[in-house]
Amino acid sequence: MTEVLLEARGISLGYPREQGWQSVLENFDLQLAPGEVITILGPSGVGKSSLLRVLAGLQQARAGSVSLLGEPLQGPHPRLAVAFQDPSLLPWLSLESNVAFGLDFARQPTLAASERRARIDHAIEAVGLQHAREQYPAQLSGGMAQRTALARCLARQPQVLLLDEPFGALDEVTRADMQQLLLQLIARHNTAAVLITHDIDEALLLSDRVLLLGNHPARTLGQWHIDLPQPREQRVEELGALRIDILKTLRRASRTPEPSSEPMPLPSETAHVPGRLHPHSS
Amino acid sequence: MGKHAIHGALGVAGLFGLILLWWLGVHLFGEADGLSARFSPQATLGSLIELLGQAEVYEHIWVSLKRILIGLVLALLIGVPLGLLVGSYRHLEAATTPAFQFLRMISPLSWMPVVVMLMGVGDQPIYFLLAFAALWPILLNTAAGVRQLDPRWLQLSRSLSATRWETLCKVIIPGVLGHVLTGVRLAIGILWIVLVPCEMLGVSAGLGYFILDTRDRLAYSELMAMVLLIGVLGFMLDAMARGLHRRWVHA
Ligand SMILES: Nc1ncnc2c1ncn2[C@@H]1O[C@H](COP(=O)(O)OP(=O)(O)O)[C@@H](O)[C@H]1O
Ligand SMILES: [Mg+2]
Repeated sequence: MTEVLLEARGISLGYPREQGWQSVLENFDLQLAPGEVITILGPSGVGKSSLLRVLAGLQQARAGSVSLLGEPLQGPHPRLAVAFQDPSLLPWLSLESNVAFGLDFARQPTLAASERRARIDHAIEAVGLQHAREQYPAQLSGGMAQRTALARCLARQPQVLLLDEPFGALDEVTRADMQQLLLQLIARHNTAAVLITHDIDEALLLSDRVLLLGNHPARTLGQWHIDLPQPREQRVEELGALRIDILKTLRRASRTPEPSSEPMPLPSETAHVPGRLHPHSS
Repeated sequence: MGKHAIHGALGVAGLFGLILLWWLGVHLFGEADGLSARFSPQATLGSLIELLGQAEVYEHIWVSLKRILIGLVLALLIGVPLGLLVGSYRHLEAATTPAFQFLRMISPLSWMPVVVMLMGVGDQPIYFLLAFAALWPILLNTAAGVRQLDPRWLQLSRSLSATRWETLCKVIIPGVLGHVLTGVRLAIGILWIVLVPCEMLGVSAGLGYFILDTRDRLAYSELMAMVLLIGVLGFMLDAMARGLHRRWVHA
């Protein structure tokens, strides 16, 4: 009954190799509800970035389908905004112009000049970079560049935000700040987000739902709902238990030899964690 | 800042050293009041000041600069689109590279008799030769720029549903502009070198023409003054091109 914003069904993807084909990810499903934050957690190289490109309509899956607001996704969509693993700023544009980049493209919704102006200002303000509007990417620190990339997404006021390890390159402190910022922004605009990370703690702190990817080729090893309210830093006990559970699941999966054709029984996604953590039922 | 100042001072010292060598050369190897005295720095400087006081020399400078500009614009109009094409398609690049390298290595001046025969004397063959000389660095640098475009920029523009035209205007062209400007800078160096001999054939204005004119009038110190002036103007053109490049790259 809950509305689904973004839906992926049976996604499989891979890449051609010298001899034949390498399957990277198989049979992935996802349903993102309005306002929901899902993290896709998995070790490096498991296929997270490739999956995000498929969800963003930037890459063709070998099998399966993605739909946005009930319609099949044919390619990049104006209601979707992507923040790549790398800030991908254009070095010849000032911070402000980078944030504005794409707003006036023909296939984006048309904005009145005043609305456009306001969105750019709000986005820059939201990430706290008013003082650096005129600076160029070469003058920005890693954290500032990441924030600029985030502001570029926010200015478009997307319904769905797809984020590929957006804080991967940041130091601990900046990272924690950015995580809080992201949560505030998502709450304020009721945006739904898919966040990719290889960091369990980030997943635990930020998401309503965690999807764990693992194995070769990768598949969903488990899924956890987290109903704890924000901020969560103090909930060490509940999160700790969940953390152990996720790690165990991952370890068990990596111990299994070559994935056989028959599906491995899904491990302890049903394990009960004290508090309001409970397995996903679907 | 200190480093800049020191480098600047060293550069100026080097220029003075050059003038000193010039003076020494004339002083040591020429007879005291023979022909060579008229090539000395003192005589040259005197002539230069005198020349700069007259309107005539500005006329020649203006004509020469106009030719450079027209040659450069023609080379840009042809070289940039061609470079974008060649850089975008591997097969086209493979097909054209040997031909371009071959044409590039023929001194533009060697075409001069052919061009004059076909186009007659006047400004046209000069424009053609200049454009031909400037084309290669611009074309090859543009193509290299396309190949070095950051794939993340293209992915970004795709994720924003950019049309082909938007990608070209907002990402590809600004993305290669740094390389184009490098090409322009190299082209200006070549243009300035090719210009003077080009102007020695069948035209009645320009720096190259004026050099021959001073020779015919046996005004040797004026000739040297012109050589000096050509150096100074070329130096300024190059500094301008470099400044443009630096401004764009924001380095
Ligand atoms: N464009 C590509 N061409 C070929 N192989 C790729 C490409 N992109 C990713 N891969 C391969 O797919 C696998 C998953 O990569 P990626 O999606 O980047 O994983 P992650 O983001 O989880 O680290 C890796 O083995 C990688 O080598
Ligand atoms: Mg990745």
